[in-house]
Amino acid sequence: MEGIKIAGAIITLVGAIFIFLGGLGLVRMPDLFNRIQAGTKASTLGTILSLIGLAMVNEGWIWKLLIIIVFVLITNPVSSNMIARAAHHRGEKLTGQTLTDMLEEETDNSKEMEDEL
Amino acid sequence: MMNMILALSFELIILVLAIIAIHNKSLKIAIIATGVIGLFASVLYLLLAAPDVAMTEASIGSGLTTIIFFYVLNKIRKTND
Amino acid sequence: MVDKILIAAGILMILGIFLSLYRFIKGPDVSNRVISFDVMTVISVSVIALIAHFAGRIIYLDVALVYALLSFVSVVVIARYIERGL
Repeated sequence: MEGIKIAGAIITLVGAIFIFLGGLGLVRMPDLFNRIQAGTKASTLGTILSLIGLAMVNEGWIWKLLIIIVFVLITNPVSSNMIARAAHHRGEKLTGQTLTDMLEEETDNSKEMEDEL
Repeated sequence: MMNMILALSFELIILVLAIIAIHNKSLKIAIIATGVIGLFASVLYLLLAAPDVAMTEASIGSGLTTIIFFYVLNKIRKTND
Repeated sequence: MVDKILIAAGILMILGIFLSLYRFIKGPDVSNRVISFDVMTVISVSVIALIAHFAGRIIYLDVALVYALLSFVSVVVIARYIERGL
């Protein structure tokens, strides 16, 4: 019993390390889109890991924590996707090392198709 | 121990965000800073053992206030153009 | 033992919140600040779960549920305002 609790605490610590790395990426990355990538993905994984660890430490909390995990998994990618689309629509500058921009090509193609019609 | 660290950190964050909301020229940034203040004030209410007040503060102070302020900002921008 | 490891995890989460607060102070425009707001919300969910563990009450997890649902709505509204105006 004690072993499961210590394992859960260690999993929570790993999740907290992921959250800290997400915050560090938010500071260090050169570009808006890189910041979205670092911040959202790392902090989502960290939150899920720490909630799973807390479910292992406390018996009987697992169902409520599972509901929270499902909501985080649904809502977090949607919000980061909407921020990225809005910033791209405003003409946010990319960093110099980015090689390809698929959304830009896609909007160009759709404009050409509208012109042909 | 843990509650002390958390309360001191959140009070420091709320202070910094309130200074940002006052001293910034842009209205949008001030509104977002107000939303974040509501977020952390709700965690402080939770530390004071009041989960019902924390739920209300999270939904009103961080959700509804931000949405209504942006709605009004949108109306003002339309009439100015 | 378990409580010591969890206190270390809580201090790391607080450091993550302070790093995203640095991005909120410095960020050049509105979009960077919205990302910082989003990340702070996601970190706050796990901080609330940690507070619920230290207090030993399961009712505190309801606040985390409200957070995970409602901050999403305000971020979506801000993003739509930035894109073309509500």
